[in-house]
Amino acid sequence: MKIIVCIKQVPDTTEVRLDPKTGTLIREGVPSIMNPDDKSGLEAALRLKDEHGAHVSVISMGPPQAKEMLREALAMGADEAYLVTDRAFAASDTWATSSILAAAISKLDYDLIITGRQAIDGDTAQVGPEMAEHLGIPNVSYAEEIQLEEGSILVKRQFEDFSHMVRAKFPALITALGELNTPRYMTPGAIFDAWSNKEITEWNRADVPVEDSNIGYRGSPTRVAKSFPKTMKSPGMKIEEGVEESVEFILDKLKEKYLL
Amino acid sequence: MDFSLTNEYAMAQKLFRDFAQNEVAPLAEEVDENHRFPSETVALMQKYGFLGIPFAKEYGGQGCDYLTYALAVEEISKVCATTGVILSAHTSLCAGAINNWGTEEQKQKFLRPLVDGSKLGAFGLTEPEAGTDAAGQQTKAVLDGDEWVITGNKIFITNAGEADTYVIFAMTDKSAGTRGITAFIIEKGTPGFEFGINEKKMGIRGSATRELIFRDCRIPKDQLLGQEGKGFGVAMSTLDDGRIGIAAQALGIAGGALDKVVAYVKERKQFGRPISAFQNTQFKLAEMKIELEAARYLVYLAASKYDKREKHSVEAAMAKLKASRVASYVTNLAVQLHGGYGYIQDYEVERMMRDAKITEIYEGTSEVMLMVVSAALLK
Amino acid sequence: MNIEDYKGVFTFAQQVHGELSNVSLELIGKARDLAADLETNVSVVLLGHQIGHLAKELVAFGADRVIVIDDPVLDEYRTEPYTQGLTAIIDAYKPEIVLFGATAIGRDLAPRVAGRVHTGLTADCTSLDIDPEKKEFRMTRPAFGGNVMATIICPEFRPAMATVRPGVMVKELRDDQREGEIVTFDYTFVENQAYFQIEEVIKKVSHKIDITEAKVLVSGGRGLGDANCFDLLQGLADALGGEVSCSRAVVDAGWLPKEHQVGQTGKTVRPQLYIACGISGAIQHLAGMEEADYIVAINKDPDAPIFNVADVGIVGDLHRIVPLLTEKILAEKEK
Repeated sequence: MKIIVCIKQVPDTTEVRLDPKTGTLIREGVPSIMNPDDKSGLEAALRLKDEHGAHVSVISMGPPQAKEMLREALAMGADEAYLVTDRAFAASDTWATSSILAAAISKLDYDLIITGRQAIDGDTAQVGPEMAEHLGIPNVSYAEEIQLEEGSILVKRQFEDFSHMVRAKFPALITALGELNTPRYMTPGAIFDAWSNKEITEWNRADVPVEDSNIGYRGSPTRVAKSFPKTMKSPGMKIEEGVEESVEFILDKLKEKYLL
Repeated sequence: MDFSLTNEYAMAQKLFRDFAQNEVAPLAEEVDENHRFPSETVALMQKYGFLGIPFAKEYGGQGCDYLTYALAVEEISKVCATTGVILSAHTSLCAGAINNWGTEEQKQKFLRPLVDGSKLGAFGLTEPEAGTDAAGQQTKAVLDGDEWVITGNKIFITNAGEADTYVIFAMTDKSAGTRGITAFIIEKGTPGFEFGINEKKMGIRGSATRELIFRDCRIPKDQLLGQEGKGFGVAMSTLDDGRIGIAAQALGIAGGALDKVVAYVKERKQFGRPISAFQNTQFKLAEMKIELEAARYLVYLAASKYDKREKHSVEAAMAKLKASRVASYVTNLAVQLHGGYGYIQDYEVERMMRDAKITEIYEGTSEVMLMVVSAALLK
Repeated sequence: MNIEDYKGVFTFAQQVHGELSNVSLELIGKARDLAADLETNVSVVLLGHQIGHLAKELVAFGADRVIVIDDPVLDEYRTEPYTQGLTAIIDAYKPEIVLFGATAIGRDLAPRVAGRVHTGLTADCTSLDIDPEKKEFRMTRPAFGGNVMATIICPEFRPAMATVRPGVMVKELRDDQREGEIVTFDYTFVENQAYFQIEEVIKKVSHKIDITEAKVLVSGGRGLGDANCFDLLQGLADALGGEVSCSRAVVDAGWLPKEHQVGQTGKTVRPQLYIACGISGAIQHLAGMEEADYIVAINKDPDAPIFNVADVGIVGDLHRIVPLLTEKILAEKEK
């Protein structure tokens, strides 16, 4: 059985701070990590490798420094890694990114593709389903449990108030939720192995069979018109009134802020 | 001479740091408060191969080196000195002794489970009458047919009662002095081998510290480790390796305390500003940092000499002496810089200060370290 | 693609097991604003099985036209049949804009459709508007883990699609007298290799949340007076769908276990709403909660330091304010 796991290197957005004076993001010194949903996807694949001998490849589209994360994936137990990297791919939106990744993956054999549900920097949750569309395969999103069957995958697919048990025949794509599992740590021995014995294959523009019209800024239907910091908190208001007035005041404010 | 950690070491360090933050740190306070041995952490470390880092893959180890192992002890000790010493005593003293002195059969039988994550190890040399004067062994071993019969006791043994496998020392020929000491491997559960109570300690409170009690305890002949009468050499060389582990532990304790105090002084405000704005605070932090870095490179030097298979007794002694003194200095000062809050248990530096002290004492006191270094200078 | 040919604001009306989701109605409210600026109409797409009765409701909430596909294959939500149906409607009607709720359904369906149609999709929008000069559709959303806002445009592809955060847009008042067209769209579904099977539908069992994951925290301090008063806070927390937390003083007094403690030596929390009751606001407590999105503080002491970080500060008696607030919130939710 062959599994391809798509993983993305992202800044740890929980560690990002706002500059108190300018209200802009302080990006320096923010550590880069493997996107948490993707890591759970990788763990799911590695468990299928442990239990059923599946072959696990990891692939990432990103700048050269994403190699570090791919090396971690190899140290966790992935068998091989691919980095899809080229300046031509930069500034791609989800259409372009999914087109590039789908084209790269079409060069490989697979039964199952696993992506994370969403990345903590983009937060779109779009690349997985769009990739499945380009590849013409079913996508089962929001996987909270998975089980291998003969020629298919059984997935507990999460909705807000209920779940579906879905069976998708291979080849298929699933998007993994962080709650799918607790990812394993690397072992010290596997780290050294990953650096000395395992390969990361780099694919540049020429190696990926995707049209120019589908990559980069030009190939992206959506564009960022502007970005700006969230409005800073204005100093609070304090009132000293009767009980009813105080309660009304709170209710009004909560409604204003869509907290109620 | 490249002083930076290359890719693999940096990634391993990150692994140990993440593990320490996520798995070890949350338990540290409670482990200390209840004097509780953190079995769940040991089980996790076993699962990820942390208890077999510098041992060959052919025995089930990770196939890494002593520097990697030292990094593990350091990172873990930053958040919990108890867990650090559990790892160190197991790796350097017990598994290390069997790895360096055992026969092939002994390695397959005893080393493999220690390093593949199945069993925990301990090392029993110290006795009520034999501390720094380690040669003053009273525990006796007498050969009876195919068995050695052991009588006596050991005190202050780390991991005692929790560990499965023990490397111990006994006098096989009193008349031969240091040349009458022999090393043995013995397992928990052997009839005649019992444990005393868990000592209540100033620090590393979760570490199990018990007496080993041998009453006509019989072990098979093939559990003699090394050669009869050569046990003292086994003990001394194993302690050299153990000192690298303890030095790494002390380095971690100091580093953890420094991290805490740097964060604290930026937050704590007096006289209208953070106390990090005052020059006294700044200078004290700088002193701590410089001492820490000086200790660090002695530790890494000792580890790398081990890895190059070079004699490292002097480097290990220097590293342990310096790092343990730095640990006491940094933790004491960290408490001071926290003011009243530093004395409160919730602000972990008081635990770190209590933890630091033992690093100046066990596996060879600071005084012994001075003896080792001066003897080498004056040869 | 000639973008001039694309007209109309469309929304996808998510329905689950025969009930319209709230976000479907909120979308129509917003669509009407956009349609007014673009001088066009609002059409709502309704897919499902035996859901015809929902069409009238959609009109009552502002749809000018409802386009319905009612087919057994659409009974439970599945990506492929829903994608086929919606794509066919988009191809036939050529809308300028299509809006979805950013739900477990919307965030699966919208990208699949965007991929099939080859257009731009913006996720999780918190505001939508039409630029008055360029008549350009602008979609604004949080990015970088919610630390910045980004405004996205889709200049060269149609329809411009967006998923919209539930609870942000405002639905119209229901007006059963409103008139609108209801159209049945004919489509023959093709079972292809993108289909999968639903083996079982499982209703959800609720699970314990820890305070660091709660979106709303009602927190109590020494000012509560005694352990029993935490029932008041629990009532408010339940009404708001949140959890109860506390300051260190409360844990020391034995009123709540340490898992609920917020602060320097407790947990750090970043909820959307933090209501601090009877908490003075010592630095050690603030360290654990000052990054909450919105802070309401209730305290008898006008000089309590908590008021320095609160967005709304109420000087008053929490024992009387909290129960009345709870009652009023429950009444609001009834509406």
